Order: sequence, then C-alpha cells, then structure tokens
Amino acid sequence: MADILLELRHVHKRYGENVVLRDLDLTVRRGEVVVVIGPSGCGKSTLLRCVNALEDIQGGEVLLDGQPVRQEAKNISQMRQKIGMVFQSYDLFPHKTILENVLLAPLKVQKRQRPEAEAEALALLERVGLADRRDDYPRQLSGGQKQRVAIVRALMTHPEILLLDEITAALDPEMVHEVLEVVLDLAKNGSTMLIVTHEMAFARAIAHRVVFLENGEIVEESRDPKAFFTRPATERAQRFLRTFEY
Amino acid sequence: MQSLGIDVLFKGRNLLRLLGGLWVAVRISLISVALSIVLGLLIGVLMTGKSPVLRGVFRLYLETVRILPQMVLLFIVYFGTTRLFGWNLSAEVSAVFVFTFWGAAEMGDLVRGAILSIPSIQRESAQALGMTPRQVYGYVILPQTVRRLIPLSINLITRMIKTTSLVMMIGMVEVLKVAQQIIEANRRTSPNAAFGLFAVVFLLYFAICWPISRLAGYLEKRWA
Ligand SMILES: Nc1ncnc2c1ncn2[C@@H]1O[C@H](COP(=O)(O)OP(=O)(O)O)[C@@H](O)[C@H]1O
Ligand SMILES: [Mg+2]
Repeated sequence: MADILLELRHVHKRYGENVVLRDLDLTVRRGEVVVVIGPSGCGKSTLLRCVNALEDIQGGEVLLDGQPVRQEAKNISQMRQKIGMVFQSYDLFPHKTILENVLLAPLKVQKRQRPEAEAEALALLERVGLADRRDDYPRQLSGGQKQRVAIVRALMTHPEILLLDEITAALDPEMVHEVLEVVLDLAKNGSTMLIVTHEMAFARAIAHRVVFLENGEIVEESRDPKAFFTRPATERAQRFLRTFEY
Repeated sequence: MQSLGIDVLFKGRNLLRLLGGLWVAVRISLISVALSIVLGLLIGVLMTGKSPVLRGVFRLYLETVRILPQMVLLFIVYFGTTRLFGWNLSAEVSAVFVFTFWGAAEMGDLVRGAILSIPSIQRESAQALGMTPRQVYGYVILPQTVRRLIPLSINLITRMIKTTSLVMMIGMVEVLKVAQQIIEANRRTSPNAAFGLFAVVFLLYFAICWPISRLAGYLEKRWA
C-alpha cells in the first residue's frame, strides 16, 4: 500500500534474557490513529521507544516512509525529527523557559530562522492555550500544562507521526481532559499517531484501529474500536478490559 | 588595643607581610581550583562512561585521595619524590600539585554525581527531538550539570582555601605562618599578640570564604 507511513517488521526486542517484543509486525498508515493497549509491563513503552530507536532491537526492522530507522545510522537525527514523541513523565527541560523549550529543536537541530520558528511556536502555544506562559519555567506550570507544552515541542519539528506514551497517566484527574482535548484536536486535523493509553473512553473515541498487546505480542487488532471495546474477540482482551470495570 | 596585641599588626611591615601571606594561600587555592575544575569535569564525564576499567581506576584514585591526609601527600611529593627522583620541586609547585590531585578527584566525583542525578528522560527527550549526542550534552545535560555543580564545588573551594594552611609544613610562608612569625618576634613586648593576630587571620579567612559561600547560596536558590 502506498500510504503506509510506519512499518515494524518482525521486531524482536529483549533485555538480557527477558524477551519484551516477539517478532512484532505493525503498520500505521498516513493519517491513521492507532491506539495500543495492554497490561502494565507488556511492552507498550518499549514498542514506542523502538520506533524512534531510543532502544536498539535484536531483530527485524523499523521503516518510516520506507526508510530504515536505526540507532547507529548516520541519519538517525533526521529520522527522529520526523517522529515526535511525548513521554509519560514530564520531560521538559527545566533550565529553559517554555518558549526556549519548544524552540530548541527547530533552531539548534533544524537550524531554522528564529522569527519564522518563533511565530509558529507562539501560534501552537496559543492553540493549546499557553501563549501567555511563554516566559515561564516548566516548574511554574501544572502537570497538564506541561504535557501540552511537550506536545507543542514535539510538533515543532513537523513530525510525520506522533508517539504518545501514556501522556496523562501521571496527571491529576482534572487535568487529563485538557490534554486529551489537544490530542483529539490533532486527530481531527489528520495527524498520524501511535498512542499508548489507559484511558479507555479516550481510546475508543480517537482510535481508527486498536491493538491489544500482551507479553510482547499483538493478541488482537481491530479496525472497529466500538466493537472491540464492547465485545473483544479474544478471551485475553476480554479479561484485560474487564479490569477497567468497577 | 595593647591588651589584645593587635598593635603589633601596625608595627613596621607586619600588616603587609600578613596580607602577603594571605595572597600565597589564595594564589595556591586559585590555581589548584582552576586546574581541579577542568580536570574534574573531564574525570566526571569519563566516570559516567561505559568503560568499567576506567571507572575502577578513578574509584581507586578517589578512595586513595580520601584516605590519605593532605599533609601526608604534601610530604610525599615535596620531600619524598624530590629525593626519590632527584628533581627539584619548589614548595609552591608541590602544593599546587597536591591540592590539584585532591581537588580533581573530589570535583570529578561531584561532576559524576551531578551528571547521574539528571533523569534519563532528559537525555531521551532530547534525542527524540533529533539532537545529536553532542547537542544533547551541550544544550541539555551540561547546563543542568553545571547548575547542580556550582553550590557543591564552591563548598570544595572554601575547604581548599582553608586547607592551604598546611603548606607551611613544607616551608611555605603563608598567612598563618606569617602570623606565627610576628607573634614569635614580639613575644617579649606584646605577649598577647597571639590572640589578636590569630583573630585577624580568622577574619581574613572569613572575608574570603564568606562571600564565596554566599554566592553558592544565592546560585542554589536561583537555579533550584
Ligand atoms: N531498561 C530496561 N532494562 C531492563 N528491562 C526493561 C527495561 N525497560 C523495560 N524493561 C522490561 O520490559 C518489559 C516491558 O516494559 P514496558 O515496555 O515499559 O511495559 P509497558 O510500557 O507496557 O508497561 C517489562 O518487563 C520491563 O521490566
Ligand atoms: Mg509504559
């Protein structure tokens, strides 16, 4: 298919003897939102970290636009600019202001001109409601605000795909909404995303496709999230979803 | 004034001599501190590196420096090596060597700790933005390391300044030694000079170390 953006082929990842991803295949098409769910420790974070080669893999390959993403490759910096990532814990640079945080990659990595990059940064900060905090430091922001800035920072390199790793998991409940709102907005505008989340209602609302991961393997995959969340096909997915009922 | 023995200070060139002695102490500290910072940064970065051999060597070096009293090191370098290798080390060069040997080890350990205290998520999110290893260090790791380092290293600097009084043991005439000489020379006429002069020496050390400590406190607050 011509519109395949990201492709994982037979990806094998282990830490020592501990196999975390087994022969994993996954494709994400341009404009598609794929949500990965699964029990804690099943390899979701590892999966995302293999996509932008923060982790090395012991087998298989990761292709973005048909080009391999490899940790040791010369073009890894260029490839990573095309892959935006937001982590669970706050990863903003504490010694830089909000504006400096979001401008660092475009100015220093991509060598863009400041006026143009700054205009874009301010427009994006405005879009997430934080333009007036441009000169604050991360510690002056709430958790939800920090995550919104982290999303803007990831967007500033114009990535072709966004990886979101449980970006609301560390937030107080009242802040979850404001962050998910931003992600929903991105999806509406056609962003390609690979999302790991424990917010099942959010997953159901945003996903074009749901992937259920367990023990480093894709156990079930569904192009119909509504059907999946109502009635998953596999016993293991059923059991997992039941843990979210109270 | 007579009773405190401070008047001795204003006899002849005594005050000048005392300040000259202070300058000797400060000069040795400044040179040693500057060398320690440069070497310490290098050692600290290497100590966080991958080579277990290198890490083991620096560990051993650090432990040695910590176990040996500085005075023993001074004696070894000034009296020991000059005999052993037949070279001619001045007292000042020996002192700078010993204080740098000590300071670089301690500074290296501080740098190592500061680098390791930066969460790995900082490095990873910088990498995820497409930064090269050099950019990750330059824009993210080192600026945060230096901020954590400044208060700690200033503490080390004041300790070094105070420890320089040991150099009189290898015959250098620094501030404390000058004070002793003045007291000795005026033993008959001003028996109380010991109190006054040592009090002045105390104030001189204080005048140098206190602003440095304050600066550390200020930076600590500012970059918390
Ligand atoms: N740096 C690491 N070193 C060793 N094992 C790790 C490391 N990171 C993760 N693991 C292991 O890999 C497995 C998957 O972890 P992870 O991908 O974080 O799971 P999830 O994000 O689904 O909770 C776990 O068993 C975890 O213990
Ligand atoms: Mg995880």
